[in-house]
Amino acid sequence: MFAYLVRRLALMLVTLVGISIVIFVLLRVVPGNIVDILFSAAGYVDPADKANLERELGIDQPLVVQYLHWIGGLLHGDLGYSYVSEKPALQEILPRIPITAKLAGLALLFSASLGIPLGVISAVNQGTRLDYALRVVSLSGLSLPSFWLGLLILMASVTLFDVMPIFNPDPKTFWQGFATYAIPAMAVGFRSSALTMRITRSSMLEVLRQDYIRTARAKGASNASVNFQHALKNAILPVITVIGIEAAFLIGGLIVTETVFNIPGVARFLVEAIRWRDYPIVQNLVMLIAVVVVSANFIVDMLYAVFDPRIRYTD
Amino acid sequence: MVTINYESELRRAGARATHGWRRVAFLAQRHILGSIGLVIMVAFVATALSATIICRYDPLAIDAAHALARPDWRHWMGTDSFGRDVWSRIVHGARISLAVGIGSTALGASLGVVVGLISGYLSGWVDLVFQRVTDILQALPLLVLALVMTSALGPSLPNVIIAIAIPLIPTVSRVIRANTLALRELPFVEAAKSIGMSETRIVLRHVLPNTLAPLIVLATAQLGSTILTEASLSFLGLGIPEPYPSWGRMLSESAAEYVRVAPWLVIFPGIAISLAVFGTNLFGDALRDILDPRQRG
Repeated sequence: MFAYLVRRLALMLVTLVGISIVIFVLLRVVPGNIVDILFSAAGYVDPADKANLERELGIDQPLVVQYLHWIGGLLHGDLGYSYVSEKPALQEILPRIPITAKLAGLALLFSASLGIPLGVISAVNQGTRLDYALRVVSLSGLSLPSFWLGLLILMASVTLFDVMPIFNPDPKTFWQGFATYAIPAMAVGFRSSALTMRITRSSMLEVLRQDYIRTARAKGASNASVNFQHALKNAILPVITVIGIEAAFLIGGLIVTETVFNIPGVARFLVEAIRWRDYPIVQNLVMLIAVVVVSANFIVDMLYAVFDPRIRYTD
Repeated sequence: MVTINYESELRRAGARATHGWRRVAFLAQRHILGSIGLVIMVAFVATALSATIICRYDPLAIDAAHALARPDWRHWMGTDSFGRDVWSRIVHGARISLAVGIGSTALGASLGVVVGLISGYLSGWVDLVFQRVTDILQALPLLVLALVMTSALGPSLPNVIIAIAIPLIPTVSRVIRANTLALRELPFVEAAKSIGMSETRIVLRHVLPNTLAPLIVLATAQLGSTILTEASLSFLGLGIPEPYPSWGRMLSESAAEYVRVAPWLVIFPGIAISLAVFGTNLFGDALRDILDPRQRG
């Protein structure tokens, strides 16, 4: 187990280093750097000014030096400075994390509490009209772009209540907090609830065919007891494993939803930074996302062993 | 309780319908949802191909006098803030969605097949390197990678196709690799080796055809997500550039500010995206049931 853990952590490290190189190179193959963009508005540019600014930003140095400088800084908690605001990148990123984390947590909660029961209902009633209807609903859930769902929610609240839900950084009442976080979280979570439901359904169907389910029925256990105590307990494992995939899924949803609802979280910040070619922000944010996805997958693997005693990681 | 319905079991076996049109009719009857999906997909492709015939206005023609016109008999999906006809823009937008959907799925899938076949058949250090690269690509969400790639390549149709295709490679190569690993050990490959067939020939003639079914299933499943990703990229303003009528772009122009005054600008492009993706998803599901019965739910 210990050897497995060490190997696994080493692989994670290799992946993260790989991502840092890929992102770093990708961002720098672009023709035209931030200095060109800044100066393009000015018309005539004194080459000396340009060289000065390039030196100041450190982008006149070879790529390898720039890369090592970035990674060295990362290890010390120094993420560099934003080109746009000129503030330390860490100061820009940190306050935005809790907002996105809250949204993601709520979205996951919403997705599980909607997707798992519906998946069970659909599996138990396999082949019936109800099952068909639920499958169509979940497929259409997967087909709706989350930004459109967000726009529809905005439109509904404007036409029905004549208010535009605006992000409130400091909600006073419960309802303000609800409107601030829960509504966008639903827009994000709806799509992943469709995914959760599909996985729950197929995993439940797999389990319902097992012999021990027949045994449970034969000994006279009630339907509810068989479905929830015997079947769901075993079917839930594959559902847990896709949380890692869902993390990646959620981030995509968060990016567009934060843009629709004007929420100042990290996901929208990434889009803004990309538009402004604010590389210090972009590369650090992408690393943050990679760390979240990679550790989510790692935690899921560990949870898998905890929940299923048949699985032991040995090397 | 699970009961056995003999009639449906018989029909499932398809005893009397094994050839030609009868088989198609049989499949269509058995997979009603899949057929609906196929109809939607065909309609989508037909719309894209005949875009210039079926719309009355130039999707790029600006007509300030009729800006933000409500849907009526002339502009039956209304006009946008520049007075451009929404219906024409949606019909032409189908071309972009189709080009990106098919283009990036085909590109991503073929690169994925090459990587997967090489990785699975050669194993050793080549496999190890490919696997690590796959890990790297998979640790980033599709949209994030596509965003960074389009910003690196610059916004244009071919670049958007490439940016969406690259993140698809690991998904495809993983499946093909696993399949190849399993196939490599089978007797027919050994037989081919024993009669002195070259490795390349074995891979192309024996291994590749046997991975086609899962490949088709996977590619169809990805089609919907590539269309969605293009819409998201364009919505964020980093996909297809102006003035081309991309569905996602249409929504970003109409976002928030027009929600109150021009709901048709929000509703119609969204329906177009959802319907196209829904159709491919329905069809993909049915295809999986038919070609890969072990996965059947």
